[in-house]
Amino acid sequence: MSDPLLEVRDLWVRFPTRQGIFDAVRGISFQLGRERLGIVGESGSGKSMTGRAILRLIRPPGIVEAERIALQGANLPDLDEPAMREVRGQQISMVMQDPKFSLNPVMRVGDQLAEAYLLHNEGGRRAARLKALEMLEAVSINDPERVMRAYPHEVSGGMGQRIMIAMMLIPNPQILIADEPTSALDVSVQRQVLSIMDGLVRERGMGLIFISHDLNLVADFCDRVLIMYSGRVVEVCDAAKLQQATHPYTRGLLDALPRLDDPVRKLAVLKRDAAWADAPSVAS
Amino acid sequence: MSAIEINGLNVWFGDGRDRVDAVRTASLAVAQGESFGLVGESGSGKSTILRAITGLAPTWSGRISVEGKNLSGARRSRDFYKRVQMVFQDPYASLHPRHSVDQVLSETLHLHGIGDIDRRVPTLLDDVGLGPRFRFRYPHQLSGGQRQRVAIARALAGEPHVLLLDEPTSALDVSVQAEILNLLTDLRAERGLTYLMVSHDLPVIGHMCDRLAVMRGGEILEIMDVDQLRQGTPTESYTRELLAASVH
Repeated sequence: MSDPLLEVRDLWVRFPTRQGIFDAVRGISFQLGRERLGIVGESGSGKSMTGRAILRLIRPPGIVEAERIALQGANLPDLDEPAMREVRGQQISMVMQDPKFSLNPVMRVGDQLAEAYLLHNEGGRRAARLKALEMLEAVSINDPERVMRAYPHEVSGGMGQRIMIAMMLIPNPQILIADEPTSALDVSVQRQVLSIMDGLVRERGMGLIFISHDLNLVADFCDRVLIMYSGRVVEVCDAAKLQQATHPYTRGLLDALPRLDDPVRKLAVLKRDAAWADAPSVAS
Repeated sequence: MSAIEINGLNVWFGDGRDRVDAVRTASLAVAQGESFGLVGESGSGKSTILRAITGLAPTWSGRISVEGKNLSGARRSRDFYKRVQMVFQDPYASLHPRHSVDQVLSETLHLHGIGDIDRRVPTLLDDVGLGPRFRFRYPHQLSGGQRQRVAIARALAGEPHVLLLDEPTSALDVSVQAEILNLLTDLRAERGLTYLMVSHDLPVIGHMCDRLAVMRGGEILEIMDVDQLRQGTPTESYTRELLAASVH
């Protein structure tokens, strides 16, 4: 792959507990180019922790260790907190699962968008307002003027998530990390939000890390997929070839899904093998 | 005799200016031993129908009858709850955090007036594929799938004929979803249960149900066979859109 935007090498996330250290992410490595990279896994597989660890958003007592998280020459673990704050938003942005919890409930949408602009740019309120309007239009919101005046509880889930995407793209980051961005949305709205995100990411030549539990969605939407199990990457494959995946865990996940075109009386049940958790991570 | 029959059901919340009509003139009939699905987007009123049946949505009009008996208002008899039980979406929220599995099931058996509780609890656990070692655990010591099994065991305690399933696997991982759906399939086959199941996931409804109703904005748009869904030939254009959005 030519010039990776982000290179992660030997990333660990650990949590001290009463029963000893719990390793949520266990030494994974991957590279991200100007592409859409999917990270799939079940709850507890460490996929969200991976996204958060890159931005150092793991709260103490959680510990993040990595040999390298290289972003354009800089090694993120070496940066101090003020420098890290510059990276967040400016270079790497993150969209979380539920817009209800990531928007400020007592601030108008327009003010929140303007704040995101003013934090990262020189320029007055007028410029911020124009930028906010422009971004709302970019995420296909028809009446941006009204939405600017609205409070978060006055907009729907799909619109809230589009507002979040607009806000995250205002500082013009090179990388967007989306953690289950559409899981809280209806299927019909899901598609719309994804295609808006897709368009913006392509247009700007950004790298996207798309974290999801939904195999089919990721296969449809991403270029490459990492499959995580118990803190490790068990398989890496081209999204288009996901149906031909070979690892028994990936196969198990695919077979456990009911299909409209292939009725069965009983669904295949995933049989877990302790060896999967012990096998070393697949590098990509 | 139908297990569930609903005619011209209206359910609303609030009044005057704030009135929301959650369900409008909905009619459907579920035969004894049938598995019937309700699909639609959030806010389409699918869960509200289940809530009206169980008495959790007190303001409704129209006719609801369960096993030939007409229901009224929000009060339901003890006998009703022995025949009809509901399983909720979120097993994290539907189990009391400070009650052990044993307390949850014993209390339910007691309320149903069933004796011999000490022997019945392990049997119930066994029915849902949980061993006796789970009996004295608290919800936080269980995984999501295990909690949902406890919730199903609780629903089965009174030996109901009808189960109302409100998105029973939406909060679970796909591998766990497969286990719970298989359990529900087996239970229905063994006991001849009737299911009325709500889901936004068309493949899940396709797997579990014989017939389904598609809802939008509180109204039932169409009722069809699962075969019709599988072949992708619904009558309404809205159902086709829904199908296109959910099949990858």
